[in-house]
Amino acid sequence: MNTSTLKMADTVKALADTASPGQKHRQHEVVIDCNIKELYYGKFKAVRDTRIPIQKNTITAFIGPSGCGKSTALRCINRMNDLVHGFRFDGHVHYRGVDMYGKKVDPVTVRRHIGMVFQQPNPFHMSIFNNVAFGLRLNRYKGNLHAQVERSLRGAALWDEVKDKLKSSGLSLSGGQQQRLCIARAIATEPEVLLMDEPCSALDPIATRRVEELMVELKARFTIAIVTHNLQQAARVADKTGFMFVDTSKGGRTGYLVEFDDTKKIFQDPAQEATKQYIRGEFS
Amino acid sequence: MTCVITPQHMPESAPSLSSKAFDRNLGSPRTLVSWVLSLVACMLTVMACVPLFSVLIMLIWRGGTRLVQGGISVFTALPPSAMMKHGGGFGNALVGTLTMVGIASAIAVPFGVLAAIFLAEYGARSRFGTAVRFSAKIMTGLPSILAGVFAYASVVALTGGFSAVAGGVALSVLMIPIVMLTAEEAIKMVPQRMKEAAIGMGCTRAQVIWKIIVPTALPGILTGVMLAVARAAGETAPLIFTALASNYSWAIDHRQPFIHLMKPTASMAVFIYNSAGKPQDNLIELAWAASLVLVVMVLIFNIGGQLLSRRSRPAR
Repeated sequence: MNTSTLKMADTVKALADTASPGQKHRQHEVVIDCNIKELYYGKFKAVRDTRIPIQKNTITAFIGPSGCGKSTALRCINRMNDLVHGFRFDGHVHYRGVDMYGKKVDPVTVRRHIGMVFQQPNPFHMSIFNNVAFGLRLNRYKGNLHAQVERSLRGAALWDEVKDKLKSSGLSLSGGQQQRLCIARAIATEPEVLLMDEPCSALDPIATRRVEELMVELKARFTIAIVTHNLQQAARVADKTGFMFVDTSKGGRTGYLVEFDDTKKIFQDPAQEATKQYIRGEFS
Repeated sequence: MTCVITPQHMPESAPSLSSKAFDRNLGSPRTLVSWVLSLVACMLTVMACVPLFSVLIMLIWRGGTRLVQGGISVFTALPPSAMMKHGGGFGNALVGTLTMVGIASAIAVPFGVLAAIFLAEYGARSRFGTAVRFSAKIMTGLPSILAGVFAYASVVALTGGFSAVAGGVALSVLMIPIVMLTAEEAIKMVPQRMKEAAIGMGCTRAQVIWKIIVPTALPGILTGVMLAVARAAGETAPLIFTALASNYSWAIDHRQPFIHLMKPTASMAVFIYNSAGKPQDNLIELAWAASLVLVVMVLIFNIGGQLLSRRSRPAR
C-alpha cells in the first residue's frame, strides 16, 4: 500500500527501531503499551491504574462487569474519548514507541492507523463497495481500488455473500453481515491494530460464531484488542486477557485492572480472588 | 420429544357463565352516548371539509374551463389588454414566479443549509446557536409582508426600482428559516453511530460533515427546500412592492438574458390579485386558471417534499 498511511507507518517503525534496535523480528512484541494512570470524565474518575500491553498478532481481550471501564480503556487507544466532553487523561498510550497523547499528535492521524469496530454495526448510508472503499479514498489509495475492496471483503469472510450485489446499500444486509462489512471497512486500509468494542453483542449466536472465527483468522495479519461481555468469547478467541473490576470504595465507580495474563491462566488459575469469583459467575 | 396434554390429564374447568353474558345491549345509556358522540365527530369533520373542497371544486370548475378553452396559449401568451374579449394568458407571470423562486432558492439554500450544519454540529448547545434557532422559529411565523418591507428598504431603495431580484430577496427571507429548521432536523436524524464510524476511520470534522452527514441527510434537506419553495411560490404580499407586476415584459428573455431581472416582474400570485378585481370577464377567467395552476404547482412541491421525507427515514 503506497499511501500516506504507509509512509507514516514507516516513520513510526523507524522511530521504534531507533528506540530499541535489534528487537525488530521478535514474535509477539508489544505494539501498544496502554498505561492509564487516571482517566476522568469531568469530575467523574472512570478508570485508574490500568496497564495493558498489546502484543503483535495476538488477540487481547478486556473482560469485566458492566461499568468497569473496559470500553473506555479501549477507546483511549485511538483517542475516541477525545470526543467526550470533559475527558481528561493521565498516563500514556505508546504505539511503537510514540505517545499517542503527545502534544503534536493529531488524533485524526492516530485513528487512521488504529482501526475500530463498534458495538452496533454502523455501515454508512452508501453501497457495500463504497463502504469498504471509503477509508481507501480517504487515504488517497493509489493501487487498484477494486482489488483492495475484494481483498478486504474476502478477509472479512463476506465476499461470497455480497459479490453479486456490491452496489446495493450496506444497510440492506443482515446484522451479522453488516458487522462483517464494518470489519472489512476497518481492515481495508490495513491498520496494524484493530480495536473491537463488543463486536458481537448485537448479533445472534450464529453471526457471533462467524465473527469469532474471523477474528482468529485476522490475527495472522493484524493485532486485535477486543472488549467483550461474554466470558466464553474471551476464552475462545483471546490469547491474553485482562480482567477489570469496579472500585466503589470511595463512593464513585472507578474501574481498574485486577489481573492481566495469558487467557488460559486467567480462566484456569487466576491469581486474584475477584477474578476467580467473576470467572465462576458469582457476579456479572 | 413432544409434550401432549391428553384429555385424561386436562385440569378441571371453571364453572360456565350464561351464554348472553357478553352480548351488546343497544339500549344502555353507555352505548347511546357513544353513538351520539361518534355521529357529532363525523358531522363536524364533514363541515370542516366543506370550505376546503368547495375551494378546490370552484378552482377546478372555473379555472379548468378556461385552461381547456385557452389551451397552451394560456401558459405562453402575455396577459390580454382591457379591450380583448378573448385570448391572452399568464406566460410572463409563470416565468416570473419560477425565476423569483429560483433566485430566492439560490440565496436561501446555501445560507439555510450551512446554518443548519452549524446549528446541528458546531453550536448545538451554544448560546449563539440557541439564539439563532429561536429567531429562526420566530421568523417562520413572520407576517410575509414584513419580508417585502425588508426587501423594499434594502434592495428596491438601493437599486432604485422594482425588480425580480428584489422579489427573490424578499422570498428568500421567508425561505431561509424553513430550510434551516428542516435541514437541522434532518442532520440531527443521522445516527450517532454513523458519525462515530466516520471519526473512527480517521475523518476530520469537515470530512465527517461533507462525506457522511450531508449525503445521509440529503433527502431530508431536500424536503425542507421543497416545502420552502412551495411556501414562497404562493406568496403575494412580499412581491407587491418588490417585484410589482408587468403585463408586457418577461423575467427572462432569450434575446437579452438577465437584463430583465432588474425590471418590474409579473408573478402568478400578484397576477391573480390584480386580475381578479378587474371588470373584464376575460381577465377574471384567467385569474381562476392561474389560481388552479398555482395550487397545482404548490401541491407538486409539497408532495415531492413528502415523498423525499418518507425516503429519508434512516434504515435501521
